[in-house]
Amino acid sequence: MQRPRNDRAWFLVLPVVGIVAFSALIPLMTVVNYSVQDTFGNNQFFWNGIGWYKELLDPTTDLGGRFFDALWRNLLFSFLALVIEVPLGIAVALAMPRSGWKVSATLVLMAMPLLIPWNVVGTIWQVFARPDIGMFGAAVNRLGVPYNYTQDPLSAWVTIVLMDVWHWTSLVALLAYAGLRSIPDAYYQAARIDGAKGFSIFRNIQLPKMKRVLLIAVLLRFMDSFMIYTEPFVVTGGGPGNSTTFISIDLVKTALGQFDLGKAAALSIVYNLIILAICWVFYTVMTRADARENG
Amino acid sequence: MARISLERLAHAYRPGGPYALQPMDLVWAQGGAYALLGPSGCGKTTLLNIISGLIHPSEGRVRFDDRDVTTLPTEARNIAQVFQFPVVYDTMTVRQNFAFPLKNRGVPEPEITRRVAEIAELLDMVAVLDRPARNLTADAKQKISLGRGLVRSDVAAILFDEPLTVIDPHLKWELRGKLKALHRRIDVTMIYVTHDQTEALTFADQVVVMNAGEVVQVGTPDELFSRPEHVFVGHFIGSPGMNFLPCEVAGRLAWVDGHAVPLGADYGTTAGRLELGIRPEFASLARAGAGVPVSVRRIEDLGRVRLARCMLAGNPFVATVPDGVVPDGDAASVLLPPAHLHLYADSRRVVPLEPAREAA
Amino acid sequence: MRGMTGGRWVLGLYLLFLLLPTYWLVAMSFKTNAEITTGLTLWPHSPTLANYKRIFTDASWYSGYINSLKFVTVNVLLSLGFALPAAYAFSRYRFLGDKHLFFWLLTNRMAPPAVFALPFFQLYSAVGLFDTPWAVALAHCLFNVPLAVWILEGFMSSVPKEIDETAALDGYSFPVFFVKIFCPLIANGIGVTAFFCFMFSWVELLLARTLTTVDAKPIVATMTRTVSAAGMDWGLLAAAGVLTIVPGAIVIWFVRNHIARGFALGRV
Repeated sequence: MQRPRNDRAWFLVLPVVGIVAFSALIPLMTVVNYSVQDTFGNNQFFWNGIGWYKELLDPTTDLGGRFFDALWRNLLFSFLALVIEVPLGIAVALAMPRSGWKVSATLVLMAMPLLIPWNVVGTIWQVFARPDIGMFGAAVNRLGVPYNYTQDPLSAWVTIVLMDVWHWTSLVALLAYAGLRSIPDAYYQAARIDGAKGFSIFRNIQLPKMKRVLLIAVLLRFMDSFMIYTEPFVVTGGGPGNSTTFISIDLVKTALGQFDLGKAAALSIVYNLIILAICWVFYTVMTRADARENG
Repeated sequence: MARISLERLAHAYRPGGPYALQPMDLVWAQGGAYALLGPSGCGKTTLLNIISGLIHPSEGRVRFDDRDVTTLPTEARNIAQVFQFPVVYDTMTVRQNFAFPLKNRGVPEPEITRRVAEIAELLDMVAVLDRPARNLTADAKQKISLGRGLVRSDVAAILFDEPLTVIDPHLKWELRGKLKALHRRIDVTMIYVTHDQTEALTFADQVVVMNAGEVVQVGTPDELFSRPEHVFVGHFIGSPGMNFLPCEVAGRLAWVDGHAVPLGADYGTTAGRLELGIRPEFASLARAGAGVPVSVRRIEDLGRVRLARCMLAGNPFVATVPDGVVPDGDAASVLLPPAHLHLYADSRRVVPLEPAREAA
Repeated sequence: MRGMTGGRWVLGLYLLFLLLPTYWLVAMSFKTNAEITTGLTLWPHSPTLANYKRIFTDASWYSGYINSLKFVTVNVLLSLGFALPAAYAFSRYRFLGDKHLFFWLLTNRMAPPAVFALPFFQLYSAVGLFDTPWAVALAHCLFNVPLAVWILEGFMSSVPKEIDETAALDGYSFPVFFVKIFCPLIANGIGVTAFFCFMFSWVELLLARTLTTVDAKPIVATMTRTVSAAGMDWGLLAAAGVLTIVPGAIVIWFVRNHIARGFALGRV
């Protein structure tokens, strides 16, 4: 559908621009402003130039060291989340019923974790995974596997990854399911007539038709897993030690805990830029591939 | 390559439920071009799906030659199908699309290459063989679907489910002509489902007309036009459809609202609700007093022919206006040649006691 | 057929995986703290409603729910009100900088709330909205408005443009046409958008906690603070958690038939 050019459409967009500018631009300017200053005590600011950025990007300093450690944790966590949730979500979507009351029942059950406040998700897993009062923690220990997420970093990681899978796989599955539902029956009939079976149908019909929604799923899951804060904050508080301290947790500690505004602001800017850059690369690569196929 | 026969075939979607398809017997010869014609919801797609094996009939048998395929799945039936909306494999080129059914069946590579080249030639698609299938136009995509069927040497029949629905009008003619030409070149049974009489009548040697789950007539396009076996066929085929007039019959005479109309044959005494049927093409308008009186409502000039919309004894009636006839006011009459009159009892054509001597 | 049963196993195990932790929370909410801490019981052996009774009678608890529902409602209304005209503009016209504007809006969905927590705190304190539902509702617009524009644009693009033209010929002014004719046509899309805005506003903790102290304190914040102050009252915490699931479950039930299409953001 070719859209006509009409610059008066700006009037319709103005309110959105206004509200988003108010909630994004003003704070962002504050952050940029802080990031180039240093503060001692109350409301005394000194020009610091790019000092915080230098420190932040230098792994030998305390700030830089913490930042890079947290960054690797974030990347590992996002990687694990995508690698587990995307295939699992697709598998679940393929297995979902196609008609009848079962569809509604499955959809409602699956959507449930998405509607639970994030700290309650944390609470659920904090309890569920505890070796003393939680079903999961107790069961794993009874199998003879040592597991305690408050003391053992590996256990802590298993817990938060499992929690994220529990929390977000449904989003991928629902997106993939929506993609599957949009495939007309004729495609499946044609595939049967052409003698295609199982994996071939998935590879040649289902996967190509799901590509667009899967792109959305991957982008959403990457952004949200990279910004994760609440759930590990509730379950592990960033520990044991610093083993589950992600950038967000470190940032909130620095900004609201220590009121180290300059450092926090510089960290915020760099953090935000990383997310933007990775999303942009993802998006461009995927849409380029799409365009090449269409070319 | 096969003859397809349906024996006492019927289908209800749930046991004991109403028939979606009334019991029927049909035989389709190897290499014929057939059309299933009827309005939406008449059961023609259900019948097509039974032949392709997507639906298993609740009663009766389907045979390909002497092989009973009633309960066989689609993939074991050697049929190909072209759907209403083009189905192509988006990620593949045209060549890969053509090769796909052969690859799945484990055909050796040189054989695949040979068949694909042959079919591309046949469909005029050699130039686009290495283009991605997803960017082609709708008519080219329909040709790809067709090609995936033709490429298989084992195909018993190709089924078309309203294949021209999404094709631009000016390309419809071309693609339909192409199909017809293709059918002459290759010896394969084609079954074409449509609700468009022009498509059915120009494509098929034999047309199966369906209504409300029932086969109402099987015949050549000419038979459907000149001797409809059912009132529905009279209405549905031809434009405008056949005229029907309630009447009474005694031997060689019919009485329409008190006017005697001579019939071409002896019908004796026929029971049931009787109607006289005649195509507008054969009923001609004349001056008042020359035939059965009518009042003319409107003359339509269609260019090649003029049609008079009239009322005859309270029934709408359409007649041809011969050259030179100029209706004077709205009082006129129509001439009903006996050779083209058919009698229908309870909507079905009545076979006369003795064949009409002068019938065409 | 074997693939089909394999699929059923995948789905069955997945649903079990979803249900078990939730069940554990629900079961715990009906237990006494003594039962929870003395041993592992698979179901409440002496079921009690005491935890729920405490929440429904203690103002510091139940006002948390009311506060949460307040800012979520305001946010959903604000997001829809701002996003509807903008989504219409994006779906119907090209205009100066439209693509860049759209991308800029989406980048706000990518901004970590942690980055905004402190500046928001200062901004809303400065304009006197701190500790009111408006502060949280406006702050959540940061990610909900772009999302709403994105979803609505998808739904609107699937409505044929001829409808707009016909209405204009019939003499409808734009505002009347938009409210009386166009909005009912995309009612499903509006429902789905409201669902998503509800969802993301309801589940957010960091901003909601940072922008409130007493008067507008949302339930999610009440929960975290009680944990640290009153030690571990597991039963009470579980009951509060269960009660936060209820509004979401009700909302899901209403949109269950549109959820699949909604998750595809109207654009499949």
